[in-house]
Amino acid sequence: MTFMCETPVKRVPCFRVLDDNGEPIIYSNYEQQVSKEVAVKMYNYMVTLQMMDTVFYEAQRQGRLSFYLTTLGEEAINIASAAALSTDDLILPQYREPGILLWRGFTLQEFADQLFGNQDDYGKGRQMPIHYGSNKLNYITVSSPLATQLPQAVGVAYSLKMDRKDACAVTYCGDGSTSEGDFHAALNFAAVMEVPILFICRNNGWAISTPTEEQFRSDGIVVKGPAYGMRSIRVDGNDALAVYAAIHTARRMAISEQRPVLIEALTYRVGHHSTSDDSTKYRPVDEIEYWKMARNPVNRFRSWVEKNGWWSDEEELELRNSVKKQLLQAIQVAEKVQKPELADLFSDVYDNLPSNLCEQEKLLRETIKKHPQDFPSDVPL
Amino acid sequence: MWGIIRQNVWTGRSPVMSLGAGLSAFRSYSSAGKEMTVRDALNSALDEEMSADPKVFLMGEEVGEYQGAYKISKGLLEKYGPERVLDTPITEAGFTGIGVGAAYYGLKPVVEFMTFNFSMQAIDHIINSAAKSNYMSAGQLSVPIVFRGPNGAAAGVGAQHSHCYASWYGSCPGLKVLSPYSSEDARGLLKAAIRDPDPVVFLENELLYGESFPVSAEALDSSFCLPIGKAKIEREGKDVTITAFSKMVGYALKAAEILAKEGINAEVINLRSIRPLDRSTINASVRKTSRLVTVEEGFPQHGVGAEICMSVIEDSLGYLDAPVERIAGADVPMPYAANLERMAVPQIEDIVRAAKRACYRSVQKAAAA
Repeated sequence: MTFMCETPVKRVPCFRVLDDNGEPIIYSNYEQQVSKEVAVKMYNYMVTLQMMDTVFYEAQRQGRLSFYLTTLGEEAINIASAAALSTDDLILPQYREPGILLWRGFTLQEFADQLFGNQDDYGKGRQMPIHYGSNKLNYITVSSPLATQLPQAVGVAYSLKMDRKDACAVTYCGDGSTSEGDFHAALNFAAVMEVPILFICRNNGWAISTPTEEQFRSDGIVVKGPAYGMRSIRVDGNDALAVYAAIHTARRMAISEQRPVLIEALTYRVGHHSTSDDSTKYRPVDEIEYWKMARNPVNRFRSWVEKNGWWSDEEELELRNSVKKQLLQAIQVAEKVQKPELADLFSDVYDNLPSNLCEQEKLLRETIKKHPQDFPSDVPL
Repeated sequence: MWGIIRQNVWTGRSPVMSLGAGLSAFRSYSSAGKEMTVRDALNSALDEEMSADPKVFLMGEEVGEYQGAYKISKGLLEKYGPERVLDTPITEAGFTGIGVGAAYYGLKPVVEFMTFNFSMQAIDHIINSAAKSNYMSAGQLSVPIVFRGPNGAAAGVGAQHSHCYASWYGSCPGLKVLSPYSSEDARGLLKAAIRDPDPVVFLENELLYGESFPVSAEALDSSFCLPIGKAKIEREGKDVTITAFSKMVGYALKAAEILAKEGINAEVINLRSIRPLDRSTINASVRKTSRLVTVEEGFPQHGVGAEICMSVIEDSLGYLDAPVERIAGADVPMPYAANLERMAVPQIEDIVRAAKRACYRSVQKAAAA
């Protein structure tokens, strides 16, 4: 009679391609998968994402935005995973994955429009900031409740399977979300239904103030995959090349073998949970600084790209200046664009406007006409 | 001609109680007569919609090999295969989420809950995802999904199997909520629900599954569909309006027969649609009768009757000649013992007494403190 031990003898190893200094670790079976164009594009977008977060975060601090949430420290997961996927793959994000949209062509102006909830926002001002969505770019609108996107992604994957598409569903979650019941249901179902899906878990060490030691007692998330009969890998989430390689391979497995794959990407949440949080209250400042500086994924990838002769200091300066200008411009423009019009209060509740909402809108318009001073002047009628 | 015969048979009598009389009338025109159980009505509706649209698929516990926990999906696995009739593991949250995801993609899932009591484990997906996504994504994510299953009290199944969720789901914008009574309701409303681009909660009743109702030739046609948001006047009357949905429609019709013998001519409205509520039919009826009794099996507080009462106060206060009477289940978790259960749900006599009170034929209840 042998009980399986609750703690493993050895932790599951972590796949890496670059060491902390951006030097390639020589593997016998690892093949160079990233060309110069892709590498430079990836680096560009990692810098853009980092700057976008910094500038928008500041805008919230200045009172120009109501809320913001950064992806600082997780740029490699965002951009490298997006680069390894196809635009036909449907993304069901949690909320710390705007880099996927960035890679697929969402402009800084489009981001700003959503943040300001103006007329150009594809969400018609219905959602809090950072709840982006784009049908065109196959990115399902961000939804606040945690982990609900996981079984929904299995539904999408099942639909792709029924349609025999050469694509998979890709869904992201954090370490905290893996405690939700939906995580369990999704992984279990995905394995039983044999659907083409990638579960990418960003294990960044923190769920607001809850560290992983208080979130679960298992060896991270990767060990949960085999418990459901699912192929799984643990990867260094701050190593852009490792993330790219793992996602690229996992995607091929998922589609050609019609199976789910779990990828645990280890990383660190450099920023606060959101603008409503001050993480220095529950974690040491020097820990944050360490991950921000010494273990920064953007710098690490830059080292590798530069050593290949594909990037220079001048180009770096040029890129950062250009992106900063674009960001400030985007904010200025978005701030001035009109807010969504009154009719958008009532549309989209149902496919067609029901009679009760028609009446309510009519009544509201009449009341506004009678008492214009009681209503905000910046809502176009 | 068939429609006229049906009307004559049904005037002043509940379809169920007059089965004997009805059947004999049908037999004399047997070439056109047909009866169907609610179970068969739902099964045929699912079958026809799945046949017409390859995007429609059914998902739930026991819907496939077991032919459905209540046999509603009998024969469908055999006909359409495991890709379109999915037996799911036991996770309401899981398969409801999967259904929502499939709907986001563009399929038309029909998600079966073994009873709506179990939908509690998935209600976040229904409310926060299915109901709100079209609005919160500004039309980018439509959710053409149907959630169906038995709702409300059955017989001897206790509190966690007897809860009525009509008012829970009925309060949520973004959802449509339907509750059929007869086989024709079941067919027409389920077909409408499956075809509708919005998420629909379809509240059936376990005890009605086995009940047989006459169905017209029109209702048997595969293109048959009932409009969502329209109530049906099951029995015309002029003295008091009785609103009900699902099983309580049968009780209301029986109560109306008893009342008729005492000279009270009741108008019975089968709501069919909880959200949107057919306020205009209800109000038109109350403006005619001036008296209203709302009937539901579920708990009274924040129930469907409360909403109907408010609707009438908003639109037709001047027409009321008596306070609105509300008949609902007892405000206790459903007890199991048969005698207690009987006292916890409305009985026909309760509806009769309420109608009489509304007509000033009996002493008003003392107002509760």
